[in-house]
Amino acid sequence: MGSLGIMIGTWLAGFLTLAILSFLYKDNPFYKLAEHVYVGVSAGYWLIYVAFFDVEPMLVETFMTETGLERWILLVPAALGVIMLSRWFPKIAWLSRWPIAFTVGVGAGLGITANIQGYVVPQLQATLLPMTGFNLVSLNNLVLVVGVVTTILYFYFSKPHKGVLGWAAKVGIVFIMISFGASFGYTLMARISLLIGRLYFLFSDLLHVID
Amino acid sequence: MKRTVPLIITFLTGTFLVVSFFVPHSPFGELEQRLLIWFAIVAGFTMLLGVDSLIRAHVRKVARAQGGWGHSAALLVGLVATVVVGILGRVQYGSPFHIQSPFMFIYTYTIVPLQATMFALLAFFIASASYRAFRARNWVATLLLVSAVIVMLGRIPIGAAISPFFPWAQEWIMEFPQLAAKRGIQIGAALGAVSMSLRIILGIERSYLS
Repeated sequence: MGSLGIMIGTWLAGFLTLAILSFLYKDNPFYKLAEHVYVGVSAGYWLIYVAFFDVEPMLVETFMTETGLERWILLVPAALGVIMLSRWFPKIAWLSRWPIAFTVGVGAGLGITANIQGYVVPQLQATLLPMTGFNLVSLNNLVLVVGVVTTILYFYFSKPHKGVLGWAAKVGIVFIMISFGASFGYTLMARISLLIGRLYFLFSDLLHVID
Repeated sequence: MKRTVPLIITFLTGTFLVVSFFVPHSPFGELEQRLLIWFAIVAGFTMLLGVDSLIRAHVRKVARAQGGWGHSAALLVGLVATVVVGILGRVQYGSPFHIQSPFMFIYTYTIVPLQATMFALLAFFIASASYRAFRARNWVATLLLVSAVIVMLGRIPIGAAISPFFPWAQEWIMEFPQLAAKRGIQIGAALGAVSMSLRIILGIERSYLS
Protein backbone atom coordinates (compact mmCIF):
# COMPACT_ATOMS: atom_id res chain seq x y z
CA MET A 1 0.00 0.00 0.00
CA GLY A 2 1.58 3.28 -1.11
CA SER A 3 1.61 6.55 0.82
CA LEU A 4 -1.36 7.79 -1.23
CA GLY A 5 -3.33 4.71 -0.19
CA ILE A 6 -2.43 5.29 3.47
CA MET A 7 -3.43 8.96 3.18
CA ILE A 8 -6.81 8.11 1.58
CA GLY A 9 -7.36 5.37 4.17
CA THR A 10 -6.54 7.71 7.06
CA TRP A 11 -8.96 10.37 5.80
CA LEU A 12 -11.65 7.75 5.23
CA ALA A 13 -11.13 6.39 8.75
CA GLY A 14 -11.15 9.95 10.11
CA PHE A 15 -14.41 10.78 8.35
CA LEU A 16 -16.07 7.58 9.58
CA THR A 17 -14.81 8.18 13.16
CA LEU A 18 -16.19 11.73 13.20
CA ALA A 19 -19.45 10.58 11.58
CA ILE A 20 -20.01 8.04 14.38
CA LEU A 21 -19.00 10.51 17.12
CA SER A 22 -21.44 13.06 15.64
CA PHE A 23 -24.21 10.98 17.21
CA LEU A 24 -23.24 12.54 20.53
CA TYR A 25 -24.84 15.75 19.26
CA LYS A 26 -27.93 14.04 17.83
CA ASP A 27 -28.99 11.42 15.29
CA ASN A 28 -27.95 12.81 11.88
CA PRO A 29 -27.43 11.68 8.24
CA PHE A 30 -23.64 11.34 8.67
CA TYR A 31 -24.08 8.94 11.58
CA LYS A 32 -26.70 6.98 9.65
CA LEU A 33 -24.39 6.77 6.62
CA ALA A 34 -21.48 5.49 8.72
CA GLU A 35 -23.79 3.06 10.53
CA HIS A 36 -25.07 1.60 7.25
CA VAL A 37 -21.57 1.41 5.77
CA TYR A 38 -20.50 -0.45 8.93
CA VAL A 39 -23.26 -3.03 8.54
CA GLY A 40 -22.62 -3.51 4.81
CA VAL A 41 -18.84 -3.76 5.07
CA SER A 42 -19.04 -6.08 8.10
CA ALA A 43 -21.48 -8.40 6.29
CA GLY A 44 -19.14 -8.48 3.29
CA TYR A 45 -16.14 -9.11 5.54
CA TRP A 46 -17.76 -12.07 7.29
CA LEU A 47 -18.99 -13.49 4.01
CA ILE A 48 -15.44 -13.46 2.63
CA TYR A 49 -14.07 -14.78 5.93
CA VAL A 50 -16.48 -17.72 5.97
CA ALA A 51 -15.95 -18.45 2.27
CA PHE A 52 -12.13 -18.41 2.28
CA PHE A 53 -11.33 -19.37 5.88
CA ASP A 54 -14.04 -21.92 6.44
CA VAL A 55 -15.82 -23.42 3.44
CA GLU A 56 -12.90 -23.29 0.98
CA PRO A 57 -10.20 -25.00 3.11
CA MET A 58 -12.53 -27.38 4.93
CA LEU A 59 -14.70 -28.40 2.01
CA VAL A 60 -13.34 -27.43 -1.42
CA GLU A 61 -9.60 -27.93 -0.84
CA THR A 62 -10.07 -31.10 1.20
CA PHE A 63 -12.37 -32.48 -1.49
CA MET A 64 -9.70 -31.77 -4.13
CA THR A 65 -6.80 -33.29 -2.20
CA GLU A 66 -8.37 -36.31 -0.45
CA THR A 67 -9.18 -39.61 -2.12
CA GLY A 68 -11.68 -42.44 -1.57
CA LEU A 69 -14.13 -42.28 1.35
CA GLU A 70 -12.37 -39.26 2.91
CA ARG A 71 -13.23 -37.35 -0.24
CA TRP A 72 -16.79 -38.49 -0.89
CA ILE A 73 -17.92 -38.24 2.75
CA LEU A 74 -17.57 -34.47 2.37
CA LEU A 75 -20.65 -34.57 0.18
CA VAL A 76 -22.69 -34.99 3.39
CA PRO A 77 -21.89 -31.54 4.90
CA ALA A 78 -21.97 -30.04 1.38
CA ALA A 79 -25.47 -31.48 0.87
CA LEU A 80 -26.58 -30.28 4.32
CA GLY A 81 -25.25 -26.81 3.45
CA VAL A 82 -27.09 -26.75 0.14
CA ILE A 83 -30.28 -28.07 1.79
CA MET A 84 -30.01 -25.15 4.23
CA LEU A 85 -30.52 -22.87 1.22
CA SER A 86 -33.92 -24.51 0.58
CA ARG A 87 -35.35 -21.73 2.75
CA TRP A 88 -35.26 -19.64 -0.43
CA PHE A 89 -38.01 -21.88 -1.88
CA PRO A 90 -41.14 -21.86 0.31
CA LYS A 91 -42.44 -25.21 -0.99
CA ILE A 92 -39.38 -27.11 0.20
CA ALA A 93 -38.33 -24.73 2.98
CA TRP A 94 -39.12 -27.43 5.57
CA LEU A 95 -36.06 -29.36 4.34
CA SER A 96 -33.84 -26.72 5.95
CA ARG A 97 -34.86 -28.19 9.31
CA TRP A 98 -32.47 -31.09 8.68
CA PRO A 99 -29.24 -29.05 8.61
CA ILE A 100 -30.66 -26.84 11.38
CA ALA A 101 -31.28 -30.00 13.42
CA PHE A 102 -27.70 -31.08 12.75
CA THR A 103 -26.24 -27.77 13.93
CA VAL A 104 -28.56 -27.70 16.94
CA GLY A 105 -27.57 -31.30 17.77
CA VAL A 106 -23.86 -30.47 17.60
CA GLY A 107 -24.48 -27.32 19.63
CA ALA A 108 -26.43 -29.27 22.27
CA GLY A 109 -23.81 -32.03 22.44
CA LEU A 110 -21.06 -29.48 22.88
CA GLY A 111 -23.31 -27.56 25.26
CA ILE A 112 -23.12 -30.47 27.68
CA THR A 113 -19.48 -31.48 27.35
CA ALA A 114 -17.96 -28.03 26.86
CA ASN A 115 -19.91 -26.49 29.73
CA ILE A 116 -19.05 -29.26 32.16
CA GLN A 117 -15.42 -29.53 31.06
CA GLY A 118 -14.86 -25.83 30.43
CA TYR A 119 -16.89 -24.14 33.15
CA VAL A 120 -18.44 -26.25 35.91
CA VAL A 121 -15.51 -28.54 36.80
CA PRO A 122 -12.66 -25.95 36.49
CA GLN A 123 -14.66 -23.30 38.36
CA LEU A 124 -15.51 -25.73 41.16
CA GLN A 125 -11.88 -26.88 41.29
CA ALA A 126 -10.71 -23.27 41.57
CA THR A 127 -13.20 -22.66 44.39
CA LEU A 128 -12.07 -25.57 46.56
CA LEU A 129 -9.49 -23.45 48.36
CA PRO A 130 -7.59 -24.22 51.58
CA MET A 131 -8.35 -22.32 54.76
CA THR A 132 -5.45 -23.04 57.08
CA GLY A 133 -5.35 -20.88 60.13
CA PHE A 134 -6.38 -17.31 60.73
CA ASN A 135 -4.48 -15.29 58.13
CA LEU A 136 -5.15 -13.01 55.14
CA VAL A 137 -4.94 -15.78 52.54
CA SER A 138 -7.50 -17.91 54.39
CA LEU A 139 -9.75 -14.88 54.86
CA ASN A 140 -9.65 -14.08 51.13
CA ASN A 141 -10.31 -17.74 50.29
CA LEU A 142 -13.25 -17.69 52.68
CA VAL A 143 -14.65 -14.60 50.91
CA LEU A 144 -14.33 -16.40 47.57
CA VAL A 145 -16.00 -19.63 48.75
CA VAL A 146 -18.83 -17.84 50.57
CA GLY A 147 -19.33 -15.58 47.55
CA VAL A 148 -19.61 -18.46 45.08
CA VAL A 149 -21.95 -20.53 47.27
CA THR A 150 -24.25 -17.65 48.25
CA THR A 151 -24.43 -16.33 44.66
CA ILE A 152 -25.55 -19.78 43.46
CA LEU A 153 -28.07 -19.95 46.32
CA TYR A 154 -29.45 -16.52 45.38
CA PHE A 155 -30.43 -17.93 41.99
CA TYR A 156 -32.05 -21.01 43.54
CA PHE A 157 -35.76 -20.33 43.16
CA SER A 158 -37.17 -23.80 43.79
CA LYS A 159 -37.69 -22.90 47.46
CA PRO A 160 -38.86 -19.60 48.99
CA HIS A 161 -36.01 -17.43 50.22
CA LYS A 162 -36.76 -17.83 53.93
CA GLY A 163 -34.72 -18.90 56.94
CA VAL A 164 -31.14 -20.04 56.20
CA LEU A 165 -31.71 -19.84 52.43
CA GLY A 166 -33.06 -16.32 52.86
CA TRP A 167 -29.95 -15.23 54.77
CA ALA A 168 -27.67 -16.92 52.23
CA ALA A 169 -29.50 -15.18 49.39
CA LYS A 170 -29.07 -11.84 51.19
CA VAL A 171 -25.32 -12.41 51.44
CA GLY A 172 -25.39 -13.50 47.79
CA ILE A 173 -26.98 -10.22 46.67
CA VAL A 174 -24.15 -8.32 48.41
CA PHE A 175 -21.59 -10.18 46.28
CA ILE A 176 -23.69 -9.80 43.13
CA MET A 177 -24.04 -6.03 43.58
CA ILE A 178 -20.32 -5.59 44.26
CA SER A 179 -19.60 -7.72 41.17
CA PHE A 180 -22.01 -5.77 38.95
CA GLY A 181 -20.55 -2.48 40.13
CA ALA A 182 -16.99 -3.70 39.52
CA SER A 183 -17.93 -5.08 36.08
CA PHE A 184 -19.56 -1.77 35.24
CA GLY A 185 -16.47 0.21 36.27
CA TYR A 186 -14.22 -2.17 34.36
CA THR A 187 -16.35 -1.99 31.19
CA LEU A 188 -16.59 1.78 31.33
CA MET A 189 -12.81 2.12 31.66
CA ALA A 190 -12.34 -0.22 28.68
CA ARG A 191 -14.71 1.88 26.58
CA ILE A 192 -12.96 5.11 27.64
CA SER A 193 -9.66 3.52 26.67
CA LEU A 194 -11.13 2.88 23.19
CA LEU A 195 -12.33 6.47 23.04
CA ILE A 196 -8.84 7.72 23.93
CA GLY A 197 -7.52 5.52 21.11
CA ARG A 198 -9.91 7.08 18.60
CA LEU A 199 -9.14 10.64 19.80
CA TYR A 200 -5.43 9.89 19.58
CA PHE A 201 -5.95 8.69 16.00
CA LEU A 202 -7.80 11.90 15.10
CA PHE A 203 -5.25 14.25 16.65
CA SER A 204 -2.15 12.26 15.75
CA ASP A 205 -2.61 10.33 12.50
CA LEU A 206 -5.19 12.60 10.88
CA LEU A 207 -4.45 16.12 12.08
CA HIS A 208 -0.81 15.66 13.24
CA VAL A 209 -1.52 17.96 16.20
CA ILE A 210 0.25 15.61 18.64
CA ASP A 211 3.13 13.16 18.08
CA MET B 1 -40.34 -36.31 7.65
CA LYS B 2 -40.89 -32.71 8.66
CA ARG B 3 -40.52 -33.12 12.41
CA THR B 4 -39.41 -36.68 13.16
CA VAL B 5 -36.29 -36.70 10.94
CA PRO B 6 -34.92 -33.43 12.44
CA LEU B 7 -35.57 -34.76 15.96
CA ILE B 8 -33.68 -37.97 15.14
CA ILE B 9 -30.78 -36.01 13.59
CA THR B 10 -30.54 -33.80 16.69
CA PHE B 11 -30.71 -36.80 19.03
CA LEU B 12 -28.06 -38.77 17.14
CA THR B 13 -25.55 -35.91 16.71
CA GLY B 14 -26.02 -34.63 20.26
CA THR B 15 -25.79 -38.10 21.83
CA PHE B 16 -22.77 -39.01 19.72
CA LEU B 17 -20.86 -35.93 20.86
CA VAL B 18 -21.66 -36.65 24.52
CA VAL B 19 -20.68 -40.32 24.20
CA SER B 20 -17.48 -39.50 22.31
CA PHE B 21 -16.47 -37.22 25.20
CA PHE B 22 -16.56 -40.16 27.61
CA VAL B 23 -14.96 -42.72 25.24
CA PRO B 24 -11.34 -41.75 24.58
CA HIS B 25 -10.81 -44.47 21.99
CA SER B 26 -10.71 -44.60 18.21
CA PRO B 27 -12.80 -43.79 16.19
CA PHE B 28 -14.75 -41.52 18.58
CA GLY B 29 -12.24 -38.66 18.85
CA GLU B 30 -11.68 -38.64 15.11
CA LEU B 31 -15.40 -38.71 14.34
CA GLU B 32 -16.00 -35.92 16.84
CA GLN B 33 -13.46 -33.75 14.99
CA ARG B 34 -15.12 -34.61 11.70
CA LEU B 35 -18.54 -33.59 13.06
CA LEU B 36 -17.11 -30.27 14.22
CA ILE B 37 -15.69 -29.60 10.74
CA TRP B 38 -19.07 -30.47 9.20
CA PHE B 39 -20.70 -28.11 11.68
CA ALA B 40 -18.39 -25.28 10.54
CA ILE B 41 -19.15 -26.02 6.88
CA VAL B 42 -22.95 -26.10 7.37
CA ALA B 43 -22.80 -22.96 9.53
CA GLY B 44 -20.82 -21.31 6.72
CA PHE B 45 -23.71 -21.82 4.32
CA THR B 46 -26.08 -20.07 6.73
CA MET B 47 -24.06 -16.91 6.16
CA LEU B 48 -25.47 -16.83 2.63
CA LEU B 49 -29.01 -16.82 4.04
CA GLY B 50 -28.22 -13.92 6.35
CA VAL B 51 -26.53 -11.81 3.68
CA ASP B 52 -29.33 -12.60 1.22
CA SER B 53 -31.91 -11.39 3.73
CA LEU B 54 -29.92 -8.18 4.33
CA ILE B 55 -29.56 -7.52 0.58
CA ARG B 56 -33.26 -8.16 -0.12
CA ALA B 57 -34.40 -5.78 2.63
CA HIS B 58 -32.18 -2.94 1.41
CA VAL B 59 -32.66 -3.52 -2.34
CA ARG B 60 -36.43 -3.29 -1.68
CA LYS B 61 -35.90 0.00 0.12
CA VAL B 62 -33.79 1.42 -2.72
CA ALA B 63 -36.16 0.15 -5.45
CA ARG B 64 -39.19 1.73 -3.75
CA ALA B 65 -37.23 4.89 -2.92
CA GLN B 66 -38.40 4.63 0.71
CA GLY B 67 -37.13 7.04 3.36
CA GLY B 68 -33.41 6.55 3.96
CA TRP B 69 -32.90 4.70 0.68
CA GLY B 70 -29.59 6.52 0.19
CA HIS B 71 -28.25 4.91 3.37
CA SER B 72 -29.44 1.52 2.14
CA ALA B 73 -27.61 2.17 -1.14
CA ALA B 74 -24.44 2.98 0.86
CA LEU B 75 -24.86 -0.31 2.74
CA LEU B 76 -25.21 -2.25 -0.52
CA VAL B 77 -22.21 -0.50 -2.10
CA GLY B 78 -20.13 -1.25 1.00
CA LEU B 79 -21.17 -4.90 1.01
CA VAL B 80 -20.61 -5.48 -2.72
CA ALA B 81 -17.30 -3.57 -2.74
CA THR B 82 -16.00 -5.62 0.22
CA VAL B 83 -16.97 -8.92 -1.40
CA VAL B 84 -15.50 -7.94 -4.81
CA VAL B 85 -12.28 -6.70 -3.22
CA GLY B 86 -12.09 -9.89 -1.13
CA ILE B 87 -12.40 -12.07 -4.22
CA LEU B 88 -9.82 -9.94 -6.05
CA GLY B 89 -7.45 -10.32 -3.11
CA ARG B 90 -7.92 -14.09 -3.20
CA VAL B 91 -7.19 -14.22 -6.94
CA GLN B 92 -4.28 -11.77 -6.87
CA TYR B 93 -2.51 -12.68 -3.63
CA GLY B 94 -3.78 -16.18 -2.85
CA SER B 95 -5.67 -14.93 0.22
CA PRO B 96 -7.90 -11.91 0.87
CA PHE B 97 -6.07 -11.55 4.19
CA HIS B 98 -2.66 -11.03 2.56
CA ILE B 99 -1.12 -7.83 3.91
CA GLN B 100 -0.95 -6.31 0.40
CA SER B 101 -4.55 -7.25 -0.43
CA PRO B 102 -7.00 -4.33 -0.86
CA PHE B 103 -9.36 -6.31 1.36
CA MET B 104 -7.06 -5.55 4.29
CA PHE B 105 -7.25 -1.86 3.33
CA ILE B 106 -11.04 -2.01 3.87
CA TYR B 107 -10.52 -3.89 7.13
CA THR B 108 -7.91 -1.47 8.48
CA TYR B 109 -9.47 1.81 7.41
CA THR B 110 -13.17 1.03 7.60
CA ILE B 111 -14.09 -1.85 9.90
CA VAL B 112 -11.49 -1.20 12.63
CA PRO B 113 -12.24 2.55 13.09
CA LEU B 114 -16.01 2.02 12.80
CA GLN B 115 -16.02 -0.80 15.33
CA ALA B 116 -13.71 0.97 17.79
CA THR B 117 -15.69 4.23 17.58
CA MET B 118 -19.02 2.44 18.00
CA PHE B 119 -17.75 0.81 21.19
CA ALA B 120 -16.14 4.07 22.33
CA LEU B 121 -19.49 5.80 21.85
CA LEU B 122 -20.98 3.39 24.37
CA ALA B 123 -18.78 4.95 27.07
CA PHE B 124 -20.98 8.07 26.96
CA PHE B 125 -24.22 6.11 27.04
CA ILE B 126 -23.06 3.85 29.87
CA ALA B 127 -21.96 6.93 31.81
CA SER B 128 -25.24 8.78 31.26
CA ALA B 129 -27.27 5.64 32.08
CA SER B 130 -25.28 5.16 35.28
CA TYR B 131 -25.88 8.79 36.24
CA ARG B 132 -29.61 8.02 36.24
CA ALA B 133 -29.40 4.49 37.67
CA PHE B 134 -26.64 4.83 40.27
CA ARG B 135 -28.61 6.40 43.04
CA ALA B 136 -27.80 5.26 46.52
CA ARG B 137 -31.46 4.46 47.23
CA ASN B 138 -30.68 1.58 49.55
CA TRP B 139 -27.59 -0.10 50.94
CA VAL B 140 -27.26 -2.71 48.15
CA ALA B 141 -27.46 0.02 45.48
CA THR B 142 -24.83 1.90 47.47
CA LEU B 143 -22.60 -1.18 47.33
CA LEU B 144 -22.88 -1.19 43.54
CA LEU B 145 -22.04 2.50 43.37
CA VAL B 146 -19.09 2.29 45.77
CA SER B 147 -17.61 -0.77 44.06
CA ALA B 148 -17.91 0.87 40.61
CA VAL B 149 -16.25 4.09 41.83
CA ILE B 150 -13.40 2.20 43.53
CA VAL B 151 -12.73 0.10 40.41
CA MET B 152 -12.82 3.15 38.13
CA LEU B 153 -10.55 5.23 40.39
CA GLY B 154 -8.24 2.30 41.03
CA ARG B 155 -7.55 1.78 37.35
CA ILE B 156 -6.40 5.32 36.55
CA PRO B 157 -3.30 7.22 37.73
CA ILE B 158 -5.33 9.86 39.60
CA GLY B 159 -6.74 7.11 41.84
CA ALA B 160 -3.24 6.14 42.96
CA ALA B 161 -2.36 9.84 43.35
CA ILE B 162 -5.33 10.36 45.71
CA SER B 163 -4.54 7.30 47.79
CA PRO B 164 -2.75 3.95 47.33
CA PHE B 165 -5.95 2.46 48.78
CA PHE B 166 -7.76 2.72 45.41
CA PRO B 167 -5.43 0.52 43.30
CA TRP B 168 -5.20 -2.01 46.14
CA ALA B 169 -8.98 -2.02 46.75
CA GLN B 170 -9.85 -2.36 43.07
CA GLU B 171 -7.48 -5.30 42.76
CA TRP B 172 -8.99 -6.97 45.83
CA ILE B 173 -12.56 -6.38 44.61
CA MET B 174 -11.73 -7.83 41.17
CA GLU B 175 -9.87 -10.82 42.63
CA PHE B 176 -12.28 -11.86 45.37
CA PRO B 177 -15.90 -10.59 45.65
CA GLN B 178 -16.21 -9.84 41.91
CA LEU B 179 -14.67 -13.16 40.92
CA ALA B 180 -16.82 -15.04 43.46
CA ALA B 181 -20.12 -13.67 42.13
CA LYS B 182 -18.98 -14.06 38.52
CA ARG B 183 -18.00 -17.65 39.21
CA GLY B 184 -21.34 -18.37 40.89
CA ILE B 185 -23.22 -16.88 37.94
CA GLN B 186 -21.03 -18.81 35.44
CA ILE B 187 -21.59 -22.11 37.23
CA GLY B 188 -25.35 -21.45 37.32
CA ALA B 189 -25.43 -20.46 33.64
CA ALA B 190 -23.37 -23.50 32.64
CA LEU B 191 -25.68 -25.84 34.54
CA GLY B 192 -28.64 -24.13 32.85
CA ALA B 193 -27.02 -24.61 29.44
CA VAL B 194 -26.41 -28.29 30.22
CA SER B 195 -30.05 -28.85 31.19
CA MET B 196 -31.24 -26.96 28.08
CA SER B 197 -28.93 -29.07 25.89
CA LEU B 198 -30.35 -32.23 27.45
CA ARG B 199 -33.89 -31.03 26.75
CA ILE B 200 -32.94 -30.38 23.11
CA ILE B 201 -31.24 -33.76 22.63
CA LEU B 202 -34.18 -35.61 24.20
CA GLY B 203 -36.64 -33.73 22.00
CA ILE B 204 -38.42 -31.97 24.89
CA GLU B 205 -37.37 -28.55 23.63
CA ARG B 206 -38.43 -28.22 19.97
CA SER B 207 -38.75 -24.49 19.40
CA TYR B 208 -35.95 -24.60 16.79
CA LEU B 209 -38.28 -26.59 14.52
CA SER B 210 -40.93 -23.89 14.31
